[in-house]
Amino acid sequence: MKQRPFEDRHAARWQAFAAQLDRLEGQRTLKNTPTATPLPVAEMPAAYRQLCQQLAIARRRRYSGSLLTRLNQWSLRAYQQIYRAPQRRWQAALDFLGTDFPRRVRADAGLFWLCAALFYLPLLGMGWAVYQAPELIYSLLPPDAVADLEMMYAPDPMADDRDAASDLAMFGYYIHNNIGLGFRTFAGGVLFGIGSAFMLLFNGLFIGAVSGYLTAQGLTETFYTFIAGHGPFELTGIILAGMAGLKMGWALLAPGRLRRMEALRQAASGGVRLILGVVALLLLAAFIEAFWSSNRAIPADIKYAVGVAGWLLIILYLTRAGRRGA
Amino acid sequence: MVAPLDTLRHIETPEGIELSLRVAGPVARVLAWSVDSLIRYGALWVLLMALAMLGKSGLGLWLIILFLAEWLYPAVFEVYAGGATPGKKALGLKVIHANGTPIDWPGALIRNLLRAVDFLPLLYGFGLVAMLCNRNFQRLGDLAAGTLVIYRDPPTVALQLPPGPALPPPFPLSSTEQQLLIDFTERSATLNPERQAELADFLANQTGVYGVVGVERLCAHARWLAGEQT
Repeated sequence: MKQRPFEDRHAARWQAFAAQLDRLEGQRTLKNTPTATPLPVAEMPAAYRQLCQQLAIARRRRYSGSLLTRLNQWSLRAYQQIYRAPQRRWQAALDFLGTDFPRRVRADAGLFWLCAALFYLPLLGMGWAVYQAPELIYSLLPPDAVADLEMMYAPDPMADDRDAASDLAMFGYYIHNNIGLGFRTFAGGVLFGIGSAFMLLFNGLFIGAVSGYLTAQGLTETFYTFIAGHGPFELTGIILAGMAGLKMGWALLAPGRLRRMEALRQAASGGVRLILGVVALLLLAAFIEAFWSSNRAIPADIKYAVGVAGWLLIILYLTRAGRRGA
Repeated sequence: MVAPLDTLRHIETPEGIELSLRVAGPVARVLAWSVDSLIRYGALWVLLMALAMLGKSGLGLWLIILFLAEWLYPAVFEVYAGGATPGKKALGLKVIHANGTPIDWPGALIRNLLRAVDFLPLLYGFGLVAMLCNRNFQRLGDLAAGTLVIYRDPPTVALQLPPGPALPPPFPLSSTEQQLLIDFTERSATLNPERQAELADFLANQTGVYGVVGVERLCAHARWLAGEQT
């Protein structure tokens, strides 16, 4: 069959097909497209397969470029409508946090302990060293920052009892800062894991130095009551972000029986799911840090009790949640 | 035969046909990113001015919005606005999975969180190197997410053969030659008469006529080949 009769025979159906595509893509009919009655949605898959066949025939018969281009465009657009992944909903998000996320953490328990070691060993080592020799903190922090730190945790009763507005300001600051840090820790993993490992080490050293220094200065009460509440969630969140990043790094270093790029893709898709859990943990931590930790009116004992409860909760969550029906 | 240097890529669908699409290079993507940056930071600037009037709580809100704008602005548009941020839309680009399906949340999150690394050491240095090192212009985030940035082709209108008589060619033509003639005739409306004649003169040895008459002769053959009645 020659091109012109071929086009004439199918033109009406193509117009209807294209009109439905416009509708599915949410475009109001463009000025230059002739308006046709859209094909019913139920007929689209069959019409798409027909179009695929017509495209193959048109190519085989070497019809003109403009016809091939149009057929290719319609097929591509229909392909993208038909092979669309189902959209996830809120229920899926809750299921994820309740079961899938802790399971994913347990599935890579070895990597979790590696990340915990990369973070806590420098933290404890640096903390102990700075406690013994407080001047060591200047190897990490400039003098101004150290002075700020001392002022911030000075047990002065007149010291800023923050109002609600500054709590909200700090909430925004913690979200921007801490979740951004979590994201960067994850992203660094694509550099063969070096970025994630560095972020874990560096943050461990930094937090260790600050704790050691403030302990040596005798500012223990103000400092530890402040960090007790949000510590469990924030520290665990950072470790899990490092874990998500190192998954990618490990996939690049030891792809196993996959091609390196394929291994990276699979690890990234697992890692980004861990990151969703990290976001939830860091959001919770930011909320506690801004509205609970900063409140100095609450007695120290209660704050420590909440801290212990937080640790128990996060340990129970990561070890027990989602075991039923596994 | 050496493969031609081309940005055309093919994906095979389960229906057994190949669809072709064109991947976008660094220049178009840098421009799209610049447009997005202007929009994003312009909006953030205006918001900062407005929220500053609310004092400290306004600052807190602004920091949350800053966080969302920095990390999630591209992902949200890519998932909910047909694979394109406003900048990409302006440049006629869109993001899809490498297998041709539309981008979903995990893919969009991976490619946009890994921007943090692509941006290193400054201004997308790693991203640019990665793009130049693979044939699909994928930056690190695209490689990890398995995504492509392609051109969103403008809708093509059906080209019409100019009306006129149809005439069988003097001798049989191969299918490639037939396609060439029809393509030439369809596109002739977009060429000026001198260029049409210049192209038609290449076949003067076969048709025996030159200039405008030669063009007319080729168009007549094309109409006959496309199946038009005399």
